[in-house]
Amino acid sequence: MSPRRRRPPLAVLLALSLLAGACGGDDEQGAPPGPAEGSDPAVTLRLVTHDSFAASEEVLAGFTEASGIEVELIANGDAGLVVNQAILTKEDPLGDVLFGVDNTLLTRALDEGIFVPYESPLLEDVDEAYLLDPQHRVTPVDHGEVCLNYDRAHFDEAELAPPDDLDDLVDPAYRGLTVVEDPSTSSPGLAFLLATVDRYGEDGWRDWWSRLRDNDVLVSPGWEDAYYGSFSGGSGEGDRPIVVSYASSPPVEVLNADPRPAVAPTGVVEASCFRQVEAAGILAGTEHEEEARELVDFLLSLPFQEDVPLQMFVFPVNREAQLPALFVEHAVVPDDPLSLPVEEIGANRERWVEEWLDTVVR
Amino acid sequence: MRPGATSGAAARRLGARRGVSWLAVAAVPTAFLGVFFAWPVAAIVARGLDGGAVVEVLGDPGLRRVAWFTLWQALASTVLTLVLAVPGAHVLARYDFRGRRVVRALVTVPFVLPSVVVGTAFVGLLGRGGPLAPLGLDRSVVAVLVAHAFFNYAVVVRTVGGLWAHLDPALEESARVLGASRWQAFRHVTLPLLRPALAAAGAIVFLFCFTSFGVVLVLGGPGRTTIEVEVYRQTAQLLDLRAAAALTLLQLAAVVALVAVHARAQRRRAGALRLRPANEVLVRPRGRQRLLLGGNLLVMATLLGVPLVSLVERSFASGDGYGLASWRALSSSRRGSTLFVSPLEALGSSLTYAAAATVISMVVGGLAAFAVARHTTVAARGFDALLMLPLGTSAVTVGFGFLITLDSPPLDLRGSAWLVPLAQALVATPLVVRSLVPVLRSVDVRLKEAAATLGAPPWRVLREVELPLVGRALLVGASFAFAVSLGEFGATVFLARPDRPTLPMAIVRLLGQPGALNLGQAMAMSTILLLVTAAAVLAIEGRRVGEVSEL
Repeated sequence: MSPRRRRPPLAVLLALSLLAGACGGDDEQGAPPGPAEGSDPAVTLRLVTHDSFAASEEVLAGFTEASGIEVELIANGDAGLVVNQAILTKEDPLGDVLFGVDNTLLTRALDEGIFVPYESPLLEDVDEAYLLDPQHRVTPVDHGEVCLNYDRAHFDEAELAPPDDLDDLVDPAYRGLTVVEDPSTSSPGLAFLLATVDRYGEDGWRDWWSRLRDNDVLVSPGWEDAYYGSFSGGSGEGDRPIVVSYASSPPVEVLNADPRPAVAPTGVVEASCFRQVEAAGILAGTEHEEEARELVDFLLSLPFQEDVPLQMFVFPVNREAQLPALFVEHAVVPDDPLSLPVEEIGANRERWVEEWLDTVVR
Repeated sequence: MRPGATSGAAARRLGARRGVSWLAVAAVPTAFLGVFFAWPVAAIVARGLDGGAVVEVLGDPGLRRVAWFTLWQALASTVLTLVLAVPGAHVLARYDFRGRRVVRALVTVPFVLPSVVVGTAFVGLLGRGGPLAPLGLDRSVVAVLVAHAFFNYAVVVRTVGGLWAHLDPALEESARVLGASRWQAFRHVTLPLLRPALAAAGAIVFLFCFTSFGVVLVLGGPGRTTIEVEVYRQTAQLLDLRAAAALTLLQLAAVVALVAVHARAQRRRAGALRLRPANEVLVRPRGRQRLLLGGNLLVMATLLGVPLVSLVERSFASGDGYGLASWRALSSSRRGSTLFVSPLEALGSSLTYAAAATVISMVVGGLAAFAVARHTTVAARGFDALLMLPLGTSAVTVGFGFLITLDSPPLDLRGSAWLVPLAQALVATPLVVRSLVPVLRSVDVRLKEAAATLGAPPWRVLREVELPLVGRALLVGASFAFAVSLGEFGATVFLARPDRPTLPMAIVRLLGQPGALNLGQAMAMSTILLLVTAAAVLAIEGRRVGEVSEL
């Protein structure tokens, strides 16, 4: 044996660690990484968001070019974590604008006073239904619907009609077919719980869930496990043909397949959809309120709005925005989705989740 | 006081000097843990600390159920891991066979995989329709325990095997010559000698399982949660800092209790051993030994190999057959989006962060181990226990603590790339310490005394006596630190900047959207991660730093 030959790798590791030192050194006060070098934008805004935020680099660059404002993304964790971080650091905010607070999380953020109001002129192209706060402390940017998805092939083969209502799920014919996410650990799981509260009311939702439990529902902790692990449709590797996912999941199945199928392998149960509206707000304490307003306007402008479907797989709120062909062909946008007022969600969320746990898993 | 004033005074002077040097050695790790662990955690706990809340939370029968489940699943997982992995540590430390180094490197690989990847692999194998479905282990506690053994097999192989590889076989052989059976020789000679390493491995595995998050959620089924999951929910989702503070204190109390037990086990350790070079104790297996070797390789292939192979296989799945579509998509799909990261860039970030974390944890952990191993005073034992605390603390607690403490000069690190390796080093340092201490303590103190008597100052004793003896353990510690830093997820996802995600972060991001190509790419990236980990472990451990053979 002659282990001496293996000297280079350790040298490489050490060199890499020095590199790490260099990288640590160069980001004093959050200088933007990479492509910004050379140009000298007047202001850098920090956009605090969740880790599924995405936009075309081209579209963001267009904003920087037109406004002279550089955007630095700060994205750690899911939407709930991001909102809580913002609350925790409100004395010394992490950024200038926050994007990603939705109607299921909004109350706490508003109560804590982390946003300053701004009424964007572009709101005239947005339906009233999407406005979350009459004082405009947050501005709606996109909406996505959490809906039951089903595996088309399974229902064709089984000669069973796909479910078209929440009532079907507790029908013995659909026994053992459904997988849902735990609302105490999952955001779509929470949205689906809220859907059932809206549909069956404060007096009826627990009864529906206990019947679903008796009908052998499977509960997963998160979307990934439910969809990839237990769902049989599309890219799912499990054997349950009904799952709680998104209205945009069927077009995404088409997009992320090679070759792309003519018809999406999964369908959406329209009557089960719950609307989540994502919004942006200017963080109190920012030193760049003027520029922050420009950024909020940009989020509502057509270049960003039309970019949203294929980047984050949600729908634009600006009624002038054109949907991409993929969404026109394969997506369902429910006309009248289930929803609950923000204040009602804020006041009852934790109690509902506890009662759900008591009804379904404990 | 014994008579003989002069020598007594000299001894006291010597003792005082050793005390001073002990403090000097311990200062660096103390400062590191104080600033990057104790202060942030104390700050976040202090925000929510409220006597009423502690009583209320701890009195909740629901929480008592969670605490009980957390405790017993961690104990059961530790026992299962030890039972499966101690024989594996033996054959890898003692038997000379083709591919030994590669197998040693491969068993480390599970350590770095994100738990959501392993979770879906296990669900795919055990769930309805999976090849192992008839076992009926889907969403069961057994699945959780097996997955914990999958993750932690390497901890035992490295910690226990590291010492076993140096034990003088002559000891056991003498016992055999004197008429002891194979089992008696093991039971009465080898086992007591291994006790410190077994205790160290058991403590680490227990702490990892005690704070288990993803595995319990995905495989345990609904209603089975750990304290760690509750801390995460209360902190990250409900922002109930009062409840989170109470739970964090409970977690810390449990960890302190554990390390106290561990410290007792360490105190009853065997004395100094005659350590032998690892390659001198290797034997070519014969007869029953071949059977033992084969049996252990079979355990490794089943426990570690099957989930890993299924992961690689899924990266090549394409439609109903196999293809390279996912691998091709790695470099092309979603380019031009702010979310796009090429696997090469993510790999670069991962390696950079992990290398920096390894250097930090080797310096901090190395000094700490020397400080702990040289002394058996109460102070040293207490210090030893404190070093383990980061393993038993929730990543989200540390992450939120960083946010509210490291935000003003002189330590304005928010948004800095340094936070990632610092947080990873917090997890890696206890592993370095635990890898080093059993070996350091086994160094014959007479050797050190002889050197000191001959006039060598303490640093020379360290360099010329201890370092050569523990060179191997240093490498094992380094590769261990590197692997655990590569795989660290909880704190990294919180602190890394979105444009510089690590490979595990990129994998989990891909799993956030539906589509066969996304799943395939996540599996392809996992394959890259596991190959790179194995290569890095081989590269680090293939080095030779003052082997025992230089004695």
